[in-house]
Amino acid sequence: MMDIRKGMAEGDKVALAKLITMAEDGRRDAMDIIRDMYGKTGGAYLIGITGPPGVGKSTLTAGLARIYSSLGKKVGIIACDPTSPYTGGAILGDRIRMQQLFTDPNIFIRSMGSRGHLGGLSKSTRIAARIMDIFGMDYIFIETVGVGQSEVEIAGTADTTVMVLAPGLGDDIQAMKAGIMEIGNVFVVNKCDRDGAEKTAREIKAMLDFNGDAAWRPQVILTAAQENKGVDDVMDAIGRHMEYIKDSGVFINKRKEHIRDEIMDLAAQSIMCDIMNGLSKEELSNIVDKVANGETDPYTASDRILKTIRYHLNGRDFD
Amino acid sequence: MLDKDEIEKVGKAREEWEETSVKKTTSRFPERKAEFATDSGIEVKRTYTPEDQKDMDYLNDLGFPGKYPFTRGVQPTMYRGRFWTMRQYAGFGNAEESNARYKYLLSQGQTGLSIAFDLPTQIGYDSDHPLAEGEVGKVGVAISSLADMEVLFDGIPMDKVSTSMTINAPAAVLLAMYIAVAEKQGVSMDKLDGTIQNDILKEYVARGTYIFPPTPSMRLITDIFAFCSANVPKWNTISISGYHIREAGSTAVQEVAFTLADGIAYVDAAMKAGLDVDEFAPRLSFFFNANNNLFQEVAKFRAARRLWAKIMRDRFHAKNPKSWQLRFHTQTGGSTLTAQQPDNNIVRVTLQALEAVLGGTQSLHTNSRDEALSLPTEDSVRIALRTQQIIAYESGAADTIDPLAGSYYVESLTDDIERKAKEYIDKIDDLGGAPKAIEKGFIQKEIQDAAYEYQKAVESGEIVVVGMNKFQIEEQPPKNLLRVDPSVGEKQKERLAKLRSERDNAAVKRTLAEVDRAARGEDNLMPYIIDAVKVYATLGEICDVLRGVFGVYQESVIL
Amino acid sequence: MSRPIRVLVAKPGLDGHDRGAKVVARALRDAGMEVIYTGLRQTPEQIVEAAVQEDVDVVALSILSGAHNTLLPKIVQLLREKGAGDKLVVGGGVIPADDIPYLKSQGIAEIFTPGTPTSESVEFIKSHVRIDA
Repeated sequence: MMDIRKGMAEGDKVALAKLITMAEDGRRDAMDIIRDMYGKTGGAYLIGITGPPGVGKSTLTAGLARIYSSLGKKVGIIACDPTSPYTGGAILGDRIRMQQLFTDPNIFIRSMGSRGHLGGLSKSTRIAARIMDIFGMDYIFIETVGVGQSEVEIAGTADTTVMVLAPGLGDDIQAMKAGIMEIGNVFVVNKCDRDGAEKTAREIKAMLDFNGDAAWRPQVILTAAQENKGVDDVMDAIGRHMEYIKDSGVFINKRKEHIRDEIMDLAAQSIMCDIMNGLSKEELSNIVDKVANGETDPYTASDRILKTIRYHLNGRDFD
Repeated sequence: MLDKDEIEKVGKAREEWEETSVKKTTSRFPERKAEFATDSGIEVKRTYTPEDQKDMDYLNDLGFPGKYPFTRGVQPTMYRGRFWTMRQYAGFGNAEESNARYKYLLSQGQTGLSIAFDLPTQIGYDSDHPLAEGEVGKVGVAISSLADMEVLFDGIPMDKVSTSMTINAPAAVLLAMYIAVAEKQGVSMDKLDGTIQNDILKEYVARGTYIFPPTPSMRLITDIFAFCSANVPKWNTISISGYHIREAGSTAVQEVAFTLADGIAYVDAAMKAGLDVDEFAPRLSFFFNANNNLFQEVAKFRAARRLWAKIMRDRFHAKNPKSWQLRFHTQTGGSTLTAQQPDNNIVRVTLQALEAVLGGTQSLHTNSRDEALSLPTEDSVRIALRTQQIIAYESGAADTIDPLAGSYYVESLTDDIERKAKEYIDKIDDLGGAPKAIEKGFIQKEIQDAAYEYQKAVESGEIVVVGMNKFQIEEQPPKNLLRVDPSVGEKQKERLAKLRSERDNAAVKRTLAEVDRAARGEDNLMPYIIDAVKVYATLGEICDVLRGVFGVYQESVIL
Repeated sequence: MSRPIRVLVAKPGLDGHDRGAKVVARALRDAGMEVIYTGLRQTPEQIVEAAVQEDVDVVALSILSGAHNTLLPKIVQLLREKGAGDKLVVGGGVIPADDIPYLKSQGIAEIFTPGTPTSESVEFIKSHVRIDA
């Protein structure tokens, strides 16, 4: 059984990988290690990469990672893919687009399934990012498909969010989900060698003008990530956003917001755990039957559950 | 063809038969399945009648062998004039071993050669490249330079034997070597008869031995078209392949559709490069799979011929009737053969070979019984060859042309396959053509979905594979399989070291620089590659120059 | 509930036939596992690095080119050198029965030859991987 703490301190990728797995499993010993090493966090800059399926997010992420690595930076990539709600299985298909990075000593790629977590990221994405931060990563990419509310989730985790789009995917920009324009700090139109790329870029610029946050005007950058075109422009744009949020104090506020969200999430998860632990299958089944029969209503039923849990909680010792 | 009234009478009689005889039987003995269909989702009815062909127009839909739309065959006398070429794909180890196998096959009555190259060669690596470790000579012969090629054809008269080379990304280099060896034998280019597979689009989708990205690959292909049109007029410059697409799991309809869509892309590319369609189209050839389902496969070949003829005449306005002809090679489907009870494979291959003959193939490779286990032994490959010879000489199947024409069932299947394949081709056109469809992953996904459905059907027992999921026996592991000499890799490395030290390295440097310059410009690359090959620049060295100019293809995977 | 089993499906060497690897990947997903597919032309170093970073439970190697005796043991050896020797390594493809004893002696747990139903591979993995919840 390897010494994870030692491995993490020495930069052993095996230890990093194992600690992520343990944290994903919610193991106590993993949480202890993270608690102990929490002081080492804060050095990493988090970049979110999101957008519709098939636009080239992984290819762009790989291109950016390669540039950072060539500058001597350490890069972590967390690639999230949806888990099937029916089978619990997943094909984690982002790594395959980053083949040339597999043996780069500065780069670490971890694929994660959403495992039932709604929102696009995996439940453990945050903690995996934190572990990579402790490990000493300078940049951490979090990549996920933009469906449902996952863009919002990524924006709530990353320091800079890059929204990747492509021409001719059948998405009418006008029909795009509300809030996309507010979420992206940098916009990329990938596959710019295709027809309609310029048009798409113009449409996005127009919508940004309409929505604009006066202080930060997101750039719209044309790329062809497969041919490595425009990737360094994206890197520059990220750098510029990083400078802006650090100079303007937005960075600290964002981080605090993220921390607040995380603490509340963890607390809510914890309470949910308590509820599930405190309520047996039969008890829950009985309650459900009662509501279905009309003997009681859902609101009264949930009040009862909470009263019971609070009663149990009050009987518990707190550290 | 019956007239309208007679068709109606037939229909009524059929209904009566279904209500009485059929119902009586099925009430006691239900049919084996609720529904019968082919792998392409085409319904297979209990029986077919003149009703199914009531709209058939013999002269326009079928016509005669050798005349548009070529449904019945591309040639007026077909096998009555000359049997299909019996061309067994072969090659392994080093050039000496393969040369011996070729001589054996020719002595046993094979009528054309088909060269199998090892993976490093197919991917443009010399036998001493780090990535070649463990792979040299395993799936085909290792050819790293003209010196190897000279040994490969030693004692084989290149003016008398036609040669097919299964080589794609580095086809230009191997063709250049072939031309150079022939020259040494005193055979001029205009006498050379053969084929290079040279079909890069299917590599991206089903076979995986690509090197360069699509655009420069198309340039290489059209350079070869132009060069051969002027200098090697009897050479088939491409073998547009559906075999591998089917092996990757596609249905019969998809095999036709994706192959012809690829063909359309090549014709487009050549015309964009300035070639007149009738200059190169007569030398395009195709390569199909002979899979399970006897009648669907025969219908498939007929449908492909008819559809391609229409495409070439109506879409591309080719004027030369030779441009409208779909000539093809067939290989029996390797993935249908089992590791369990391998002798059963001889039976499978016999049926599949028969399909190709009934379907009018120009040349045929029959797989050996040990296909699922290893490369074939001499005994196994001889049986495979005999299978073709028995069909040719003993079965009578080759004595008349397109014998299944007029079968209500087969004509119905032919129509269905043509129609469904055309739908796919239209869809691919909407996506911007085959190269774009590949970029978007459309073709790959269709193939993968079909492959997965097939696997599920086999595992559920819905599809029976005799000896594998039904009628199994306890078996001992097979004995006496072919083993490639493991020292081949080391021997090749030594040979290469010797070659590099003995050749004129200044000339190599010079010719490679010319290849580089030509690749960056617009000159036809063939003459420069031939020059480099003649001074013993290696395959890997030439391909590395091209890699430097063209880049390498990054696989696009949709799972 | 215990976490899904994580599997790396890899194609070592120059072999370009990926029908089997892709079918197996889908079958593993349908059986509730997380599957990472590496794509074609992977060197042993690339495969091992991916296996380590993804901390997979299983490394499933698909090879039809005849180079298995060279490549598969090399992958096992590299895994051990990196401290990842506890991962289950299995193989499939065109691998003669005669070679299987040697491969097993080199640390490959099982070889699934042509015709093996995917359900068998799934069962093998499930029964040989222990998830410490």
